Amino acid sequence: MIVAEPEAAPTAASGVVGVGTRSATLRAVYMIWYRDVLKYWRDRVRLIASLAQPLLFLLVFGLGLSSSLRGAGGGFGGTGGSGSLNYVQFVFPGVVAMAVLFTAIFSAMSIVWDREFGFLKEILVAPVDRSAVAVGKALGGATQAMLQGCVMLVFAPLVGVHLTLLSVVELVPLLFVLAFALSSLGVAVASRMRSMQGFQVVMNFMLLPIFFLSGALFPLSGLPGWMTVLTRLDPVAYGVAPLRHAVLGGAGVPAAVAARVGDVSLFGRTVPTPLEVVMLLLFGVAALAVAIRGFRIPD
Amino acid sequence: MTLSASVPGERGSMTGPAPEPATSVIGVRGLVKRYGPVEAVRGIDLDVHRGEVFGFLGPNGAGKSTTISILCTLLRASSGTAHVAGFDVQRDPAAVRARIGLVFQDPSLDDQLTARENLEFHALIYNVPRAVRRQRINEVLEMVGLGDRASSLVRTFSGGMKRRLEIARGILHDPRILFLDEPTQGLDPQTRSRIWEHLQELRRRLGVTIFMTTHYMDEAEYCDRIAIIDHGRIVAQGTSDQLKQMVGGDVVSVITADDVRAMAEIERALDVSPVLQDGSLRMEVADGAAFVPRLIGAVSAPVRSVTVRRPSLDDVFLKLTGRAIRDEDADPLQAMRAMGARWAGRRR
Repeated sequence: MIVAEPEAAPTAASGVVGVGTRSATLRAVYMIWYRDVLKYWRDRVRLIASLAQPLLFLLVFGLGLSSSLRGAGGGFGGTGGSGSLNYVQFVFPGVVAMAVLFTAIFSAMSIVWDREFGFLKEILVAPVDRSAVAVGKALGGATQAMLQGCVMLVFAPLVGVHLTLLSVVELVPLLFVLAFALSSLGVAVASRMRSMQGFQVVMNFMLLPIFFLSGALFPLSGLPGWMTVLTRLDPVAYGVAPLRHAVLGGAGVPAAVAARVGDVSLFGRTVPTPLEVVMLLLFGVAALAVAIRGFRIPD
Repeated sequence: MTLSASVPGERGSMTGPAPEPATSVIGVRGLVKRYGPVEAVRGIDLDVHRGEVFGFLGPNGAGKSTTISILCTLLRASSGTAHVAGFDVQRDPAAVRARIGLVFQDPSLDDQLTARENLEFHALIYNVPRAVRRQRINEVLEMVGLGDRASSLVRTFSGGMKRRLEIARGILHDPRILFLDEPTQGLDPQTRSRIWEHLQELRRRLGVTIFMTTHYMDEAEYCDRIAIIDHGRIVAQGTSDQLKQMVGGDVVSVITADDVRAMAEIERALDVSPVLQDGSLRMEVADGAAFVPRLIGAVSAPVRSVTVRRPSLDDVFLKLTGRAIRDEDADPLQAMRAMGARWAGRRR
C-alpha cells in the first residue's frame, strides 16, 4: 500500500529554496519593509488623519501661544521685542519631531496586530532568521515616520516658518535618524507584547512623557534639577535639538539665539549635532538588539 | 496500551528505532513533549510515506497541534526524534522549513493586501526565483480556484476562500510536504468538501505529501492512512479500512421501550455486550443481517427501531478509547456560535 509516485515530480523547484541563509534573511527584511511602506501609502486616510494631531499642536497651540506671548510684549527665548524669534518658529521642529515620534511608535503597534491576526506567524515560520522581523519592522516604521515628518515640512510656510532648500536637505537625514531610533524603540517594546492592550498601556505610559521632556514645546535650559536630568535621558531631546538647529538656521534666526533656545547641554557642554546623531543611532541599534532578542524568544 | 491496527502482511506500526524506509518523508520515534508536569505528547512513533495523504485524528487537546508544531520546527520536543523531508527537525530546522508548506489552524494572511500580494511576499521570503514567480503564483491561484480574484483584497474573501488562498500559499514554494492543522475547522460542509477536492487535486498534480490534523472523523475518509491520537498517544494507525476492521463486522443500534432490561437480556441470550449511548443500545457483531432476528427474539420490550451499518471511524474511536470523539469535541468558538445561533433563533 505504499503510494508510488514518480520520483522526479516533487523535486522540481525544491532545490532552489534558500535555507535560512543571509540572503534569505535580507529578502525577508526587504519584504517586511516593503509591506509596511506599501500599506502606509495605500492607507491615505490614516496618513492624513495622523497629521491632525501635529497640526493641531502647530496651528492652535503654536500660533495661539505665539500671539499671546507677543501680546504680552515679549518675544520668545529672551529676544525681547526684536521679533527675531517667535514661538511658532521655535515649536515647529518640535511638532515635526512629534509627528515622527507618534508615527514611529504606532507603526510598531502593527507588530502586535500581526501577532494577533496571524501574519507574523507566516514570517516566523519561514526559513529566515527572526532578526529579519525586528530589522524589517524598524526600517519600515522609520521610513513611514520619516515620510510623515517630511509631510509636516510642507506646512512650514503656512505658519510663517521659512525653510531653505539647504535646511530641507539637512532635515531629511536627521528625520530618518530620529525615526529609526524611535521606531526601534517601538519594535523593542512590541516584540515583548502579546496583546494590543498591553502595548497601548505601555505606550500611553511612555509616549507623552517622552514628548513633553524632549524640548519640543519649551527650551531645555533653566529647568528644575530633576526635570533637567529627565530631559537629558530622553532620546527625542537629541533629535529635536538638531532639527531645531536646522530650521532656525534656515529661517535666519541669529545663531546665538538659536543656540540659547535650542541646544542641549550635557555636563555643562553643548552637545554638537554630529554627536547627537551618533547618540540617536546608538540608541536605535541598542533598541534593535533588544527587539531581536524579543523575537528570538519562542512563543 | 498502544493498539496496533496493522494487518499481517501489510505495512504496520513501527516499534523501536528502525531505519527509515526509503519512501518515508516523515519519521517520528518516541516523541515526547512536556509542558511542566503535563505530558501533551507521550511517546509517538509515526511514518508518513511519500505522496500520501496522512490524517492525524483525535479530539481537541489530544496532542495533534503539539505534534504538528514539533514537525514544523515551531516547538522543540522534550525527547525523541523526528525527521521531516530527510532532515532532523531539532538539528536542522531551517532545512526542514524550506521544504515544507504550512497551513495553520488560525488565519495568517494579511487581509489588507491582495491575494497576489500575499503570495508575492511569500515567494520573496521562500526565494521562488523571480523569473518563475509570476507564473507560479498564477498557477497556484488557478489550482485553488482563485484565478479571477488575484487582485482583490483578502479582506473581501469568505472564510473558505481565505483558507484556499492559504493552501495556495502553502504550496507556492513547491514543498515536499504540506502540513495542514485543522484546515477545515469552522467551515461549512460544502466548503469543506470543496477544500478536500483541491487538496486531492494538488496531491495528484504535484505529488506533494499531505499531513493534516482534523477532529472531523468523516474527513479521515479522504486520507490514505490515518493515525488516531488520544491523550498524547497513538492508539491506532492504518488505512481507514484497516481501522474499521478493528471494530469487526457491523454496528447494530437498537431502541427499545426499556433499554436497561433489553441490555441485560441481550447480554444473557446473545453473548454480546451492548453499550447504552445517546438513547440507543449499540453493539458490534460479525454479521448484522443475521443478528437482527435473533436480537428481536431476545428482547421482551417492544423494539422501536433497529439500525445496521458498517462501522465508521467514530466507532473505531469509541472502541479504542471508550468514548465518542464528539464527547470531547468542545471547540469553544463553535460552542459559542451554536449558542449564539440558538439565542438568535429564540428571539425570532
